[in-house]
Amino acid sequence: MLGLPTKNKHTKDYKMNEKTLDLIEPDTSVRVLKVNGLKSSKRRILDMGLTPGTRVDVIRRAPLGDPVEFKLKGYNLSLRRKEAETILVEIVE
Amino acid sequence: MTEKITVALTGNPNVGKTSVFNAITGSKQHVGNWPGVTVERKMGKRMHNGVEMQIVDLPGTYSLTAYSLDEIIARDFIIEEKPDIVVQVIDATNLERNLYLTTQLMELGVKLVIALNMTDLVLAKGDSIDIVTMQEFLEVPVVSTIGSKGDGIEDLMDVIKKEHHKTRINETVFTYDKKIEDKAEEIGQILDNEPGFSQYPTRWFSMKLLEGDENIIKKAKESDSYPRIENIIIDADAENLESEIADQRYRTIKTMLGQVCDINSVHLSGTDMVDRVLTNKLLGIPIFLSLMWAAFEITFTFATPFMNLIEIFFGWLAQTTVNAISIPWLASLLGDGIIAGVGAVLIFLPNILLLFLMISLMEDSGYMARAAFIMDKVMSKFGLHGKSFIPLVMGFGCNVPAIMATRTIEDSRNRLVTILVAPFISCGARLPVYVLLAGTFFGKDAGLVIFALYALGILVAVLSATLLRNTVLKGEDTPFIMELPSYKIPTLKGSLIHMWERGKIYLKKAGGIILIGVVAVWLLASIPAPGNSATFASEEVYGTAGSLIGVIGHILQPLVEPLGFDWKIAVALIFGVVAKEIVVGSMGVLYGVGENEESLSAILAAGAMTPLAGLGLMVFTLLYVPCFACIAVIKRETGSWKWAMFQLVYSTSLAWIFAFVIYQVGSRTGLLA
Repeated sequence: MLGLPTKNKHTKDYKMNEKTLDLIEPDTSVRVLKVNGLKSSKRRILDMGLTPGTRVDVIRRAPLGDPVEFKLKGYNLSLRRKEAETILVEIVE
Repeated sequence: MTEKITVALTGNPNVGKTSVFNAITGSKQHVGNWPGVTVERKMGKRMHNGVEMQIVDLPGTYSLTAYSLDEIIARDFIIEEKPDIVVQVIDATNLERNLYLTTQLMELGVKLVIALNMTDLVLAKGDSIDIVTMQEFLEVPVVSTIGSKGDGIEDLMDVIKKEHHKTRINETVFTYDKKIEDKAEEIGQILDNEPGFSQYPTRWFSMKLLEGDENIIKKAKESDSYPRIENIIIDADAENLESEIADQRYRTIKTMLGQVCDINSVHLSGTDMVDRVLTNKLLGIPIFLSLMWAAFEITFTFATPFMNLIEIFFGWLAQTTVNAISIPWLASLLGDGIIAGVGAVLIFLPNILLLFLMISLMEDSGYMARAAFIMDKVMSKFGLHGKSFIPLVMGFGCNVPAIMATRTIEDSRNRLVTILVAPFISCGARLPVYVLLAGTFFGKDAGLVIFALYALGILVAVLSATLLRNTVLKGEDTPFIMELPSYKIPTLKGSLIHMWERGKIYLKKAGGIILIGVVAVWLLASIPAPGNSATFASEEVYGTAGSLIGVIGHILQPLVEPLGFDWKIAVALIFGVVAKEIVVGSMGVLYGVGENEESLSAILAAGAMTPLAGLGLMVFTLLYVPCFACIAVIKRETGSWKWAMFQLVYSTSLAWIFAFVIYQVGSRTGLLA
């Protein structure tokens, strides 16, 4: 599929504290670096405020592990890990 | 000549747009459909100081892209119908994201008025918003409203009227960096020379092209100038442009908010605290299951006294009518037919209304989003979506509004799958059949059997979804990108209105289709079979083998014999297609006991049917073709008869196979004797 990061999360392309959002543990804060992914989901993700530079707090995973709840721009958004995988972030603090 | 203004109402989902719409229009509203599509359209009227305002409620959207039907409808309406004023309802507790839509509306060059809703919640949190500065920044009037209480609506109407007379609007309140503005300018110049695009605001069209909006690009390709436009876009590094533009919109919003708002987001909000419990890893699911169970318990417990009342009333009504009328066939038509038939439907109204009330409360409070959040993992295993959960749950009351509720599912494939499997959820109409048969043949285990039927329905629904998603409706998984709105205490008024909207649909079904169906049943049962010289609608003919029904039944008998059914059951099932509630009534007619259920039960137990066949009949009723109203709604929501017919064939085949297996295997292995 076009645009998605490769499965191997530890490629040389990512710097040390750069990860995809699906790998971030709850109670961590990150900043969005880039949104990849298919046209329609990328568009929706950007529209909902996950633009480069935005601070995102990872709140919790759903009881069954997926989707995940995030807090950004003053509201709460849930994404499946599959969507979160298309968002490149860096951990803050 | 009264001045007339068309007002389009927009806004994000969960901002209280519906309350504002209701507060503006009161009871003067009606529901229809957007032309050519199956999305609901609400319109209303309001007189204000001699001006007649027509309010059109646009679907709630986060943005105006081309990726969802709701958004396309909203923006097409604004561009093509050109409403005089657009009112955007904004959630004051969630300004940053809400204003994103504002940027797009302003680029469209509309006359905008902002209704800043839920300002009471802002104050309650100890925050404040400087509306005056906000108005200066946006160059758009901002009115504070509390839709649920009706506060600020008069002011809103005043402002709309005033704004209507304004002549100039500023399309460039939101600007981008030089690179983007220059490119937009270049494209704009080409567009201005193209008469074909004169209906679109130039700036908006240019920005959409730079953003990569598929809908707009398709339109632009129709012109000869497209290659030149394409060059400009390529030159501008389009891949990242989309991100850039979204980012810059949000930056501008943030700058403005810094001057306008005083937000104390440091402390944990009430919603966050509640969610710690409700979506908790350990407690989340048990709480969810308990709430679902409680909703159903409350529904059935509180509904029962009302159901008894209705039953008594209709029994009395039928009796009185029959006694009062001397013409035998008319008495029969009214008593056995119409009154009994309509009564059979209305008796479930308390049940259904209460269930819808429970669901409305869950939706209005914000809990439903949590339900979708919790259930998504399970739903996606079957190729469904967390958002499919709510419509499916509604199916327990009535499949018809459940199928209509699938409108909230954005992806058309997911929506279609949900629509096609929803009828397997056992609705209220099937309950009389279960109660009769389980009661007759399973005695004290009746409750367990009925529960098993409900479970079977759910099982067949999810497995069918998996099947469909892997065969006929293969495709990409839709993204699950869902807002979890803050919890709100639902107003009783609001939830009751929601409940009533859905109840009305159920009632129309009773009033319309079932009435026709019941009369049809009665006719077929009354008309003597060819060659039978007995009188029309007489005791000898009505519901016996000597009527038309009898003839039809005997023709169908070979089809249902392997299932353990006789011709009477076949006929009852056919009438069940009109509305499943009728199955029991038809059986009563056919077995010659009229409305007396106890007698029907006795006759069946005495040997007219075996327990095994009884079980098969319940399963058949659960699975086979949904009622007329359902088929009609499937056709409406999917836009064609193709899928409605597919559902009909699929479900009836499935029903036949299940009943066949039950009866054949059961007989050979001696189960249930």
